[in-house]
Amino acid sequence: MVKAKLKPLEEIFGMIRSYKKILTLSCGGCVSVCMAGGQREGMELTLELVEFFRQNRLDAEFTHYTMERQCNPEYLFDAEEIVREADCVISTACGAGVQYIAESHPSKPVFPALNTLFIGIDRDVGLYEERCRTCGDCKLGYTGGICPITRCSKSILNGPCGGTHFSDGSCEIDREIPCAWNDIFERLKSQGRLENILTVHPPSIWMDQAQRTMVQYGFEERYRKKE
Amino acid sequence: MKAGSNFEKVLAAGHFAVTGELGPPQSNNIEVVKKKAGFLKGNIDAVNITDNQTSIVKMSSIAAAAICIQQGLEPVFQMTCRDRNRIAMQSDIFGASALGCLNMLCLSGDHPNFGNQKTSKKVFDIDSIQLIALAKRLRDERKLLDQEKQFNSELKLFIGGAGNPFSRPFEFRALRLAKKVMAGADFVQTQCVYDMERFRDWMKAVRDLGLHEKCYILAGVAPLRSADMAAYMAANVPGIVIPDGIMKRMNSVPKDKAGEEGIKISIELIEEIRQVEGIKGIHLMAIEWEHRAGEIIERAGLLPRPKVE
Repeated sequence: MVKAKLKPLEEIFGMIRSYKKILTLSCGGCVSVCMAGGQREGMELTLELVEFFRQNRLDAEFTHYTMERQCNPEYLFDAEEIVREADCVISTACGAGVQYIAESHPSKPVFPALNTLFIGIDRDVGLYEERCRTCGDCKLGYTGGICPITRCSKSILNGPCGGTHFSDGSCEIDREIPCAWNDIFERLKSQGRLENILTVHPPSIWMDQAQRTMVQYGFEERYRKKE
Repeated sequence: MKAGSNFEKVLAAGHFAVTGELGPPQSNNIEVVKKKAGFLKGNIDAVNITDNQTSIVKMSSIAAAAICIQQGLEPVFQMTCRDRNRIAMQSDIFGASALGCLNMLCLSGDHPNFGNQKTSKKVFDIDSIQLIALAKRLRDERKLLDQEKQFNSELKLFIGGAGNPFSRPFEFRALRLAKKVMAGADFVQTQCVYDMERFRDWMKAVRDLGLHEKCYILAGVAPLRSADMAAYMAANVPGIVIPDGIMKRMNSVPKDKAGEEGIKISIELIEEIRQVEGIKGIHLMAIEWEHRAGEIIERAGLLPRPKVE
């Protein structure tokens, strides 16, 4: 799922300090799962902002509301009125959610409360690791289920580079980061699939050069562009 | 002949080749390049020009290579995958070739995290092995990546890659070199060799794959200037292994004699490297010690450099 983290309070304060009726809009989706922007975090943020405004001798009226999802039209209506009544919205959704709310209320200033970081796994409660960069051309089939785009710090397809540490197989940039290609080699070897990386893999077909829209299989007819 | 460079001719004639290394300045100061080139000229067959090594901004490797040509010193211009996408790479290869560069070394490049522009966007559009294949395609087929239309001029290029015997996974390192050869590497320069035992093991694996007959392999040699430098490199530079014996020697001499000890070690290493079957030369990385390179090469018995036609 999408993983995100709260921005520094000062930064959020800087964006909204001139407004008088401020709505904190939480999201019940991914950011709720990673405990960055769900109902509880949204309420806590609101309380902290109230205190911050008070300390800075500024008056503002705060409201908090949690949407089921901020990236889906089905749930937009729930928050329509409360958004309309606010001077500005501070959204605790991911970047996609913030943009969808902003697009749906084009006259309303909408600000992000979070930095959206990555698509990752839950290693433990409150501990997340990046696993996918949505490159659009999945390589996991020949890399033993280990993503070289995400996990290799140089995103190379014919690794490992010369930077793998001798002693512990860590990446040249950080002893805490295991070399993805060392791991790919070990896994493929253990599965008897080393031949997968003995040939030269061609350059990536980068799919993230322009904004992407995806029509799911089975929906082609529905979204076919009118000639 | 792929390019007909002096470097390639020396190797083709069966001479034991010597390449050097020149790090461009962290400025536009042409005098620094000229001075370093002056130290190396006549002592080596070609000089590698590093490409923003350790991600610290320096004068462009192609510009410094062109200056070396003006000084009568043949360059091997290095290109990393860190700072250029495939458009810039192909454009720069054309440019370097037009300026008279005949030798090129393809590298992944150090991660930006090492350098003085840590917040930059890293590129890594293609990797070093794909870069070798791209350069070979330009040279042999006169075609850009993904394009079938040929360009109408000849592009002479002697294409190299790096080899690292001292990184994990050891078992894969010779196999990865095979991928570079498969992609089109004409020559290979290795990471600095201090650990002869591991180097011999790696070369055995390389020979078992027949790679020493498909490309010219030059072993990297870097003189240690001090015990501190040795300790720093061993601890921090990936792919560098310095055996205890060498560390002890560097530590056993007084500070002002450490440089001489480092040179002695280098000369002994060169002697041992020459005995390894399949090694066609050395790549001497006298980093910020270009003025001592000639002395090392001479004491190793590698002067004068051969004149080839």
